[in-house]
Amino acid sequence: MIKVLEIKNLSFAYGTSEILSGVSFQVDKGNYIALAGPNGAGKTTLIKTILGLIGKPHGAVKIFGNDFENFTDWKKIGYLPQRVNAFNPLFPATVKEVVGLGLLSKKSYPKKFTKKDEEKIKEMLSLMAISNLQDTPVAELSGGQQQRVFLARALASDPELLILDEPSTALDPQTRQHFFELVEKLNKEKGVTIILITHDTSQVGNYANKLLYLDRKVIFYGPFGEFCQSQNMEKYFGHFSQHLICHQHD
Amino acid sequence: MTNMSLFHFLSYGFIERAYLAGSFIAVLCAMLGMFLVLRKLSLIGDGLSHVSFGAIALGLFFGFYPFYVAVPVVILASVLILKLTQKAKIYGDAAIGIVSSVGIASGVILASLSKGFNVDLFSYLFGNILAISNQEVYLSVGLSLLVLGIIIFLYHDLFSATFDEEYAKVSGIKTETINIVLTVLTAVTVVLAIKVVGIMLVSALLILPAVTALQVAKGFKTAMIIASMVSVLSVLLGITVSFFLDLPAGATVVMINALFFGLAIIYKKIT
Repeated sequence: MIKVLEIKNLSFAYGTSEILSGVSFQVDKGNYIALAGPNGAGKTTLIKTILGLIGKPHGAVKIFGNDFENFTDWKKIGYLPQRVNAFNPLFPATVKEVVGLGLLSKKSYPKKFTKKDEEKIKEMLSLMAISNLQDTPVAELSGGQQQRVFLARALASDPELLILDEPSTALDPQTRQHFFELVEKLNKEKGVTIILITHDTSQVGNYANKLLYLDRKVIFYGPFGEFCQSQNMEKYFGHFSQHLICHQHD
Repeated sequence: MTNMSLFHFLSYGFIERAYLAGSFIAVLCAMLGMFLVLRKLSLIGDGLSHVSFGAIALGLFFGFYPFYVAVPVVILASVLILKLTQKAKIYGDAAIGIVSSVGIASGVILASLSKGFNVDLFSYLFGNILAISNQEVYLSVGLSLLVLGIIIFLYHDLFSATFDEEYAKVSGIKTETINIVLTVLTAVTVVLAIKVVGIMLVSALLILPAVTALQVAKGFKTAMIIASMVSVLSVLLGITVSFFLDLPAGATVVMINALFFGLAIIYKKIT
């Protein structure tokens, strides 16, 4: 089994406030992991620490078998950050231009877009059903449309690991359903490993095969079904909360 | 003067030099200005131009050609602004304010100590592109080509890091390096632009073409092209109008830029 991520004893603190403590887990190729936990549990911090976005991690982080310091193959990772609409609303970038940014991780200098790249962008736009918006500035789109643009950007490099940080918050129920089906398809048909940060465990439970429940440290990591049946977890959360996390999971 | 034909006007060597150097610097300012405005770093041009006041004073004080002193000093100041925001953990505008006031203060002290070059120093405050020498044209065009070449080479990285720095990092782009490159290129451009509009008005040349383009452009590349066109047109028209109406060139260039900005706002309102 190919190891996509190996995290050992990872800790992170903002000043004296410890956000993550001794976090260890492993992600194998093809896993679809729901990363859940209460507000302030350190979910986004965990992802940002692994990706090197907030300083050097304390602990061991291996990405696709490489130590973090030696990892350079960024095209293998697709990332959809939280609150993507936090970008500057004055920025005039079009949908096509933004999706094109997703191809940069595959490029070496001098970075130039080829005909093949143009075709890839069109393919992504079509996949997300936003081809008709290709020349529209992203700032003029609705939250749901923007989310699809940023997912298209994340998928453009054909990543082997897709990290999605609360991707469904700006989506209406219908688009959300379509979005989860698309991610599931990527996981099942293309073998893309998924890590999805979510509050909504009820919905993602239908798709994800593992739950990583975080509250500054790993509370549970294993198959969803196991979590729902675990008496230890029932003791930890109480019956009601455990049921709430599992309640729509088959 | 006003009866002079356009042919005669264009045949003047100093007009040709002003057009040539001014156009290159205008494109530079427009392109870099776009990145700076979108990063909310518009006032870095203002801060660095104030540093160049001190640097030019330093050059005059020691009898060096001022621009040769200004380029490295302003580059150092630009890196200092970046480091202050990162290491001393202060906001960018505060870092710009610190470096800018130290620049002005050192210029004033040097001017006071020398008691001889005040007139020269103060001539840099408002610039005079019509007085540009052949040597300055070569320097301006050469440095402009170098800076433009770097912008074009790093276009996608600059675009990505400006649009979403976090995502750019996950794309493998060395955003810290890109930020340093952008700041250093801005420093060189600011020194060059002083010749066109002077220390007091440099930031206008960085900000106005960019914000004008942002009113009307749909697309980042389109915005860059519109900003460059507005910038070049403002410089060419500014030089021409200032010559025929006997106005200061730098201020006229800025006013024409402002006029384009006003027109862009009206265009946006009515479309």
